[in-house]
Amino acid sequence: MFSNRYIFIYSSVMVIIVAVVLSLTAILLQPRQEKNLTIAKIQGILAALNVTATPEDAEELYAQYVSTELAVDQDGQVVSIYQDGTLEKGDIRPFMIDLKKALYSKKMKEPFVVPLYIAENKGDTFYIVPMRGTGLWGPVYGNIAFTSNFNEIAGAFFTHDKETPGLGAEISTSEFSSQFIGKKIFNDAGDFVSVKVVKGGIAMMAPDQRIHGVDAISGGTITSNAVSAMLKNCLENYLVYIHNNIKQ
Amino acid sequence: MSEEVKEKEPLFSLKNRKLLSVPLNRENPITIQVLGICSALAVTAKLEPAVVMAISVTFVTGVGNLVISLLRKSIAPRIRIIVQLTVIATLVIMVDQFLKAYAYDVSKQLSVFVGLIITNCIIMGRFEAFGMANKPWPSFLDGIGNGLGYGMILIIVSFFRELFGSGTLWGYPIFEKIGLYNIGYENNGMMILPPMALILVGIIIWVQRSKYRDLIEDN
Repeated sequence: MFSNRYIFIYSSVMVIIVAVVLSLTAILLQPRQEKNLTIAKIQGILAALNVTATPEDAEELYAQYVSTELAVDQDGQVVSIYQDGTLEKGDIRPFMIDLKKALYSKKMKEPFVVPLYIAENKGDTFYIVPMRGTGLWGPVYGNIAFTSNFNEIAGAFFTHDKETPGLGAEISTSEFSSQFIGKKIFNDAGDFVSVKVVKGGIAMMAPDQRIHGVDAISGGTITSNAVSAMLKNCLENYLVYIHNNIKQ
Repeated sequence: MSEEVKEKEPLFSLKNRKLLSVPLNRENPITIQVLGICSALAVTAKLEPAVVMAISVTFVTGVGNLVISLLRKSIAPRIRIIVQLTVIATLVIMVDQFLKAYAYDVSKQLSVFVGLIITNCIIMGRFEAFGMANKPWPSFLDGIGNGLGYGMILIIVSFFRELFGSGTLWGYPIFEKIGLYNIGYENNGMMILPPMALILVGIIIWVQRSKYRDLIEDN
């Protein structure tokens, strides 16, 4: 009833129509999707400062709180400075740095630069470190704000693309991220120990280690481990910078 | 040619209304046909993603069934599964793109499951069983009906899982507000794990079959 010729033509036409429809949808929606991503990035940075931004006022609040953006290379040198809306040093605005590429270069042992945001809130200075790691189904992201001497975590925010709703996806709740407040990434001797996400809870840790741990999410072990790994992998890039500029 | 002779059927005739209502109960895709169980387990930990998932699946089954029905005479039987899959994949990608552009927060929450609508067996089941053999309007209604039947179970399951697992409804901390934690109540961690969804679906099946005894299969 249907010849092979018919089937081939039918399939080809169908595929072309589908391609056109999907390309059009993607192109038409792209500007809006990119804007959503930029706003989500800004909201994430502000959330680490414990500032809640709506999509409407995010850009305004960002300009108000985040005074300086730095780009720090693998040797702890500041290669770009973006301050009060102008690029004062370097050739790329640190906000535009693709963290995925930077971390890939790091893995390949190539030179890289990572962004560092400096924010003012109620007279205090905070450093905000953006992070990216590998979750169960896709990337996980986060921002973590430190007090001016990097002693304590002042706020944290986590998000993800594809983690399981109700399980791994719970890293984006404030119940999870608020646990980080007051935790320390350096031990008393000044060595970097990061903060671990501990399965079974920090009650499993030695009492003097609990300042470096938070409770994991039940049913979200792989995502929790991914957050631990992300913290270590992203924070260690700033150690030289912190050592040279802040904790001399 | 005999179709021409028949008088035109009203849009919402008894038969067409049945297409919408029967999948909600007596031919429910989840509890009777036991299709689409995997996503029913996965997205029901919270109410909001369950509702968005229900709307997305209803859109895909409805529009997909309509498209398949319009094409039904041109589809060669040998490639019908490929055509059906292409239609499903196209619609799902469109839903995903629209959610990313206009409902970014929800799209983040649903994350991987929007893409997985493609593998939802209810959709292909309806295309094969209904869209390929019926006119466009009844097919559209059948798709919507089945989407709603699926969505209804999702919403019932997620209602109980979110309420007893997290103590919230649509993110609103209902148990905290009525002070249940102060008298020693604790959230049931088991509720947020996928096996509990299976148990809840089982309970729904049990309730449904004790009410309509003729649904019980002989074995």
